[in-house]
Amino acid sequence: MSTTLSLDGRPIPFTPGQTIMDAALAAGIYIPHLCHNPDYAPHGSCRVCMVGVGGRLVSACTTAALDGMTVESNTETIQSTRRSIVQMLFVEGNHVCPACERSGSCQLQAVAYYVGMLSPHFPQFFPQRPVDASHPDFMIDFNRCILCELCVRASRDHDHKRVFAVSGRGLASHLVIDSPSGLLGDSHFAASDRAAQVCPTGAILPKHRGYEQPIGQRLYDQAPISVVGDLRAQPGGE
Amino acid sequence: MGEPVDSKVQAFVARSLGLYGQAPEYLLQHLIAVQQQFGWVPPTAVDALAAALDVAHAQVRGAVAFYAFLHDQPRGDFDILFSDNITDRMLGNQRLVGLLAERLGLGLDAPRADGRVTIGLTSCTGMCDQGPALLVNGQAVTALTAARVDRIADLVEEGVPLERWPGAFFRVEDNIRRRGLLLSNPATDGASLRRLLDGGADAALAELERSGLRGRGGAGFTTALKWRFCREAEGGDRTVPRFVVCNADEGEPGTFKDRVLLTSYTDLVFEGMTLCAGVIGARLGFLYLRGEYRYLVPHLESVLARRRAEGLLGKDILGQQGFDFDIAIHLGAGAYICGEESALIESLEGKRGVTRKRPPFPVISGYQDRPTVVNNVETFLAAARVVQWGGYWLRGEGTDQSAGSKILSVSGDCARPGIYEYPFGTPVHRVLTDCGAEEVQAVQVSGAAGTTLAPAEFDRLLAFEDLPTAGSFMIFDRSRDLLDLVRNFAAFFAHESCGFCTPCRVGTALLRNLVEKVAAGQASAHDLQELRDIGAVMRQTSYCGLGHTAPNHVLNTLDKFPAIYRRRLRSADYSPSFDLDAALASARALTGRDGVADHVEEEA
Repeated sequence: MSTTLSLDGRPIPFTPGQTIMDAALAAGIYIPHLCHNPDYAPHGSCRVCMVGVGGRLVSACTTAALDGMTVESNTETIQSTRRSIVQMLFVEGNHVCPACERSGSCQLQAVAYYVGMLSPHFPQFFPQRPVDASHPDFMIDFNRCILCELCVRASRDHDHKRVFAVSGRGLASHLVIDSPSGLLGDSHFAASDRAAQVCPTGAILPKHRGYEQPIGQRLYDQAPISVVGDLRAQPGGE
Repeated sequence: MGEPVDSKVQAFVARSLGLYGQAPEYLLQHLIAVQQQFGWVPPTAVDALAAALDVAHAQVRGAVAFYAFLHDQPRGDFDILFSDNITDRMLGNQRLVGLLAERLGLGLDAPRADGRVTIGLTSCTGMCDQGPALLVNGQAVTALTAARVDRIADLVEEGVPLERWPGAFFRVEDNIRRRGLLLSNPATDGASLRRLLDGGADAALAELERSGLRGRGGAGFTTALKWRFCREAEGGDRTVPRFVVCNADEGEPGTFKDRVLLTSYTDLVFEGMTLCAGVIGARLGFLYLRGEYRYLVPHLESVLARRRAEGLLGKDILGQQGFDFDIAIHLGAGAYICGEESALIESLEGKRGVTRKRPPFPVISGYQDRPTVVNNVETFLAAARVVQWGGYWLRGEGTDQSAGSKILSVSGDCARPGIYEYPFGTPVHRVLTDCGAEEVQAVQVSGAAGTTLAPAEFDRLLAFEDLPTAGSFMIFDRSRDLLDLVRNFAAFFAHESCGFCTPCRVGTALLRNLVEKVAAGQASAHDLQELRDIGAVMRQTSYCGLGHTAPNHVLNTLDKFPAIYRRRLRSADYSPSFDLDAALASARALTGRDGVADHVEEEA
């Protein structure tokens, strides 16, 4: 017996056990998301993938799909809520798109375009976050970290290293590195780690390479994320 | 306390490991012990614990940075934290903080140069009926006055150890003002456990079902159902370990009834936990006690020891072979979020108290991913009585959907703050009359996350079907500026958000800043709409209950007390949060130019 949910009026088949996000991705329908990556267990922290079910908003990545469920996604109200959440992520860190190596191939930026964000809207917090350039091959710019914990999960669940963790609480929550000095260069992190590839923003970047692909010719310069999907889905992606 | 010698730290950690063992779940308990001993968690302790428990350095550091009572920098020999709930403020704690800081010659949160003392603020310590209150090296001091603060300054300067401070400083009164079903009698001799052994688990569950008992922590889930789900989890496989957890992390500002239950109704609470263990088949239980109540630990341990000696705890309880259950006390360390049951379980496992994804719920997958019942202190107490006296006993009071009574923690502007027990369905005005509250402007029911009531609503009923409450009941008379309440709560939530999800992590900080903008007279009507919009996003999209309820006080007061905002508005439309002229001050100082042309004129 087939199970189906309705997403913005379209019937979407799914297998029991799948989430709304799983079902949508399988059907090729885009629900914006940042902390979700199908290679890892759903996290539910960024709250960008909120969808309407039964008059409430739920995160598509953690909510089980149910037969006959009616899901709203692409409405102006929901997009506006998602826009506020993405704006919160922008003002919380220091996201200077024009000066960022990842501009054009950054999921945060691409999602911001998708939800129609034209300005940060909220007052900026301008946190002071030093860059960690201690590793020979990679650098971490904490200014661009959105606490999606994909590097935490990839390092723990795929690389079996636990290089990354989150520390502090509230707005002072921040990514930390598991090494005696707290520096990436003193950790077991390697360029070949999956954790080096999963960052949806420009927080974890390879060194010695820059602007190999000119701005203007990058993935999301060509087509919106709702069409081409996440970086991981790209040829040459992770 | 300065830099301790590495070998001393290592020796202390070794002792702590001897006491608690090397299970990673005990990381937080080790860290609390280290903090108590040295006044901070030195790097040597982090290294030693990471190695001994086989956890990542980052996890140890992450825990230290998460819990407010753990520090990676030395605090003073006397670490003084003033409770900073709105009720403490109404009792003048800010003046007392200033007084002590002046007497001791230091500012907030930085140790004095000689390392003798630190002064800081902390969230509500649960002494609102006898505030203002503070914690000194984790011990609660109540009923602060200028004279008492003066004496504390002397004791600190003289370096008198806490054991020799006047005992009266540490006295905590129960202040029980009205006794009902639960408070009328603290005595128990294991009667509910005998009923369980005589009648079996199904009969005990049937009584609980008949009683309609719902969780007293505020959410009101049916207790019988929770226990049954846990009992039947894993296909009822009796070989799967199960756990009982008593949530004694009462961190909701203005709540202190669990403090009293743990002080004077201790046996009943432990009996309720033991009863639950017998029903679900658990052999181990935890009392998760908020760090603010650590002064209760010796008392709690002595009751546990007595109950073991009486055969009410431990092996073969009441002589019943195989009925084995014991209770361990775990301390929290200053994190409101740990009152949320899944964050509490994370904390029990020694981690940062971040809420888990649900489902699965703890009854299916809780402590160590095993079936776990988490209940409020009051719920366990009520459950013990229900099984002892039968379901109809509880049903005899209350309303249709809210059987029995509710214990309230009453504080704020009233003549008789303290503990009041009422049948569910009691109107708010009845409580106000009984506690001697006059000229009441507002009541905050169920803590900072609860509901702000205006006088027109004082005939509303305390019950799950109208005003659900975990018990906090704070009263504000007409002399109060309610914006002080809003500022206090907004700062509280920004401090207590665990930081996991975007809307709560960022939204609580945005709300706090906007509320401060209003208080500073810099806000416009636009900002009030912003408060509403951000609040709505937090309500709809946050990951857990903390974020859902954190904007309540702002949204409630915007609706019911708009004047507290409007009278401070600077303009009707829009005013920037950024003061360009003020931002240029450092440039003027550097260039030494301060003429008319060096200022930006404000637009009219």
